[in-house]
Amino acid sequence: MSFEAVIGLEIHAQLKTQSKIFCADSTVFEAGDNENTSPVSVGMPGTLPVLNERVVEQAIKAGLALNCHIRPKSVFARKNYFYPDLPKGYQISQYDQPICEHGSVEFKLNGKVHQIKIERAHLEEDAGKSSHFGDYTLLNYNRAGIPLLEIVSGPDLRSAAEAAEYARTVRQILRYLDVCDGNLEEGSLRCDCNVSVRPRGQEKLGTKVEIKNINSFRFIEKAIEYEVERQIEATERGQRIIQETRLWDPDKNKTFSMRTKEDAQDYRYFPDPDLLPVIVTAQSLEKMRQEIPELPLVRARRFVSQLGLSENDADVMVSEKDVADYFEKTGALCGNYKAAANWIMTDLLRELNDGKLSIRQSKVTPENLGALIQMIDSGKISGKIAKTIFADMWSTGDTADKIVKAKGLVQISDISVIEKMIDEILTGNASQVAEYRAGKTKLLGFFIGAAMKASKGQANPDVVNQILLKKLQGGS
Amino acid sequence: MDLLKASLSEIATAVRSKKVSALEATQFFMNRAKKLNPKINAFISFDESAQDQARKIDEQVSRGEDPGPLAGVPWGIKDMFCTKGLRTTAASKILENFVPPYDATAVALLKKNGAVILGKLNQDEFAMGSSSENSHFGAVKNPWNLNCVAGGSSGGSAAAQALRMVAASTGTDTGGSIRQPASFCGVVGAKPTYGRISRYGIIAYASSLDQAGPLTNSVEDAALSLEIMCGKDIKDGTSSSLPVPSWKKNLNPSMRGRKIGVLKEYFQDGGLHPEVQAATEKALSELKQQGAEIVEVSVPLTKYAIPMYYLIAASEASSNLSRYDGVRFGFRSEFKSLAHINLSEFYSKTRGEGFGAEVKRRIMLGTYCLSAGYYEAFYNKAGQVRRMLRDEFSLAFEKCDVILSPVTAAPAFKLNERISDPLQMYLNDIFTVATNLAGLPGMSVPFATSKERLPIGIQLMANHFQEQKMLDAALALEGISGLKGLVADVL
Repeated sequence: MSFEAVIGLEIHAQLKTQSKIFCADSTVFEAGDNENTSPVSVGMPGTLPVLNERVVEQAIKAGLALNCHIRPKSVFARKNYFYPDLPKGYQISQYDQPICEHGSVEFKLNGKVHQIKIERAHLEEDAGKSSHFGDYTLLNYNRAGIPLLEIVSGPDLRSAAEAAEYARTVRQILRYLDVCDGNLEEGSLRCDCNVSVRPRGQEKLGTKVEIKNINSFRFIEKAIEYEVERQIEATERGQRIIQETRLWDPDKNKTFSMRTKEDAQDYRYFPDPDLLPVIVTAQSLEKMRQEIPELPLVRARRFVSQLGLSENDADVMVSEKDVADYFEKTGALCGNYKAAANWIMTDLLRELNDGKLSIRQSKVTPENLGALIQMIDSGKISGKIAKTIFADMWSTGDTADKIVKAKGLVQISDISVIEKMIDEILTGNASQVAEYRAGKTKLLGFFIGAAMKASKGQANPDVVNQILLKKLQGGS
Repeated sequence: MDLLKASLSEIATAVRSKKVSALEATQFFMNRAKKLNPKINAFISFDESAQDQARKIDEQVSRGEDPGPLAGVPWGIKDMFCTKGLRTTAASKILENFVPPYDATAVALLKKNGAVILGKLNQDEFAMGSSSENSHFGAVKNPWNLNCVAGGSSGGSAAAQALRMVAASTGTDTGGSIRQPASFCGVVGAKPTYGRISRYGIIAYASSLDQAGPLTNSVEDAALSLEIMCGKDIKDGTSSSLPVPSWKKNLNPSMRGRKIGVLKEYFQDGGLHPEVQAATEKALSELKQQGAEIVEVSVPLTKYAIPMYYLIAASEASSNLSRYDGVRFGFRSEFKSLAHINLSEFYSKTRGEGFGAEVKRRIMLGTYCLSAGYYEAFYNKAGQVRRMLRDEFSLAFEKCDVILSPVTAAPAFKLNERISDPLQMYLNDIFTVATNLAGLPGMSVPFATSKERLPIGIQLMANHFQEQKMLDAALALEGISGLKGLVADVL
């Protein structure tokens, strides 16, 4: 029997605000234990939540970019449960009236376009963090009250690779909107995967298992792969899949059971009486819509159709909004988009990766890279010298022009200068000239090398080639 | 100056003009409070910094600064209000030693306007009760009859006020907790429209119903206190941004042409104590004589007010009280070691020992109401009916300016009389809870004294944000009764 995997993802995206969702505490990640807390965030008696408007704006932007319907009125609800890192004994979340619902996300995988439903995206506050040490536990509430947008997909994903690509796409969109920095390691993006299997052709869904808190795309893929395999094997052996929550162990490369559904809690959701419903007016919706940048999929299509990039190059260029912006600016400045894409892909991104830097931190500005490309295209410098110049630009931040002038690297295309130089070489290597003329034409490379060496690489190789051929073939 | 009789404005004026120092006023009330407290148990904590606070006010005055319209006026604060650096218990063992690092906004406003804080007043635990018997610190006694309850939950405030241990006091009112004890003790108690006074820093019982207010010895003092306590607060998202009118200045006791509504439903079932019935009828006939028009209005859903109230209040309370878990602050049970107990044991032992019986009863009730399968039938249904009730009140207020009714069916009952019968205790709130459900302003003003020398109050409610109409009618009743500045003198 052949089986099919049915996968849905819950992505918890930390929104990029200065302060928490319901109070003024800072959201800075690098802070001492419990430094980012206040009476409100640790739930002291009588304190009240007050909604941070920025959070709503970011949620609306994300919702629009995920093609969601934005509710004109959404409601915060309390999710009640006891846990030491949950200060109030309830989490403020949204329940039956989430801010965003009924959306979709498109992505390409192996050339095929997939469209995945977004069931809802709702706002909630994060809990604190418990660290267990043998016979005691430490609690850090810095994270308590950090704004989260929980994005829930439909059960539309059919493989681990699709799930990982979907998650990458959502991350990419959120980063384009600048509403989430998408850092999985710092926990600003967290992912729970719902996985079930069913015999191919069967409509009814199998029993689902939730895998919680996976902190990399690679692990999403591996955890789902393992889990699908485990469920198929179990089903084939005639075992029943238990509805449960499992965790991924990256060291052992397997999932393990955390709790079964029998322990499931009744969260007793009810509308939070401390917070008024969130009202989104048509005007504010329109304002947010205007602030949404061109999104990666659309942008990549434009790069192909209007700027002449290949699909692959376009995909790399749109991977990050900053890269795409850098690319467009460079291309517009030098008028050669293909060259701009090549330089960014082969030289700039490699250096950035090596230095673990973002493109915003690059010392080579789009203006400077554009000017470098123009110097090549106008024949002022050779492509080979340009590589050396780029290396200098990368380390110093100087313009190509300044480096060329300082090092005297301008390309020599003056025929009379090159002819004189070649004449000297031919005179000094009479025996090789004779050999060439006797038919050993592969010595051409030797002469080119000598000419380039004599000109310190500055001679225009095309001109050198032409003159050499003329002189060698034409006899002396 | 007779501090026993002086209005808040008179005290402040005397302090501002150095006729009386804030220190003298503070010492007068503090001495009285400390002397009388053992007999009625109105205070949970005294603020030993009161004299220092007073000296600062006097220094301000000598520097030529104006400490504000409450300059040097000594206040008592119900123990539901967080007070910076001063123990705040909600009358519960679970907060027995809790010292907040912040002031409730209402307290901050009082201080900002010159008030001196004398201490924290006793109440029912977490404001759950109608007798102030449900306190970890012992029951409050009625100053007019020590065998009777002071009412609740703001019983300490009402009792302290009736004995003039404080010049004014704060209370909270979730279902009548200011008005009912005010009536039982013979003082003025008012709650404004929901949202007028910031709830920030007031320990939450039922968030959608809780509203603070003052207890005073006169309507004028209530009007001034409300002006100071009300106003938009950025720390409370549900607080109203409507401007706060000059209620005190605009007070007008003339009832000519005013329409006084009588709720048909409140008089249908009988059951009123004859003296309460007589007082209510007298209030209506006197107001009519002064030119008011008496109109009958109907709010049929008030007959469901009690069940609605207990479903909503208990549900919200069950969630609001979850934070008292022994993890971050407050009481934690003794454990030999935390290593070998599980979380559920930790919580149930701490909460089991920390909360009193009535609080636990309401947490259980609320937890049940919010549970899967019951939410729709209980909490949700109560919410729907509540919205209909608001609409009915809106219609009623198209026909009248204020609605007049008894506060309770009878004067103060005996201590221990109803404590073992929760249902009987809950029915106490029958005339007061509808106000909270509809978010309306309401107040109690002393109007009569029973043969047993127990005070009887009259309740007035007005439409949303129409506090002036309510205060005007209360002022008229105060004039008729001659009970302005009533102070209990039995001790």
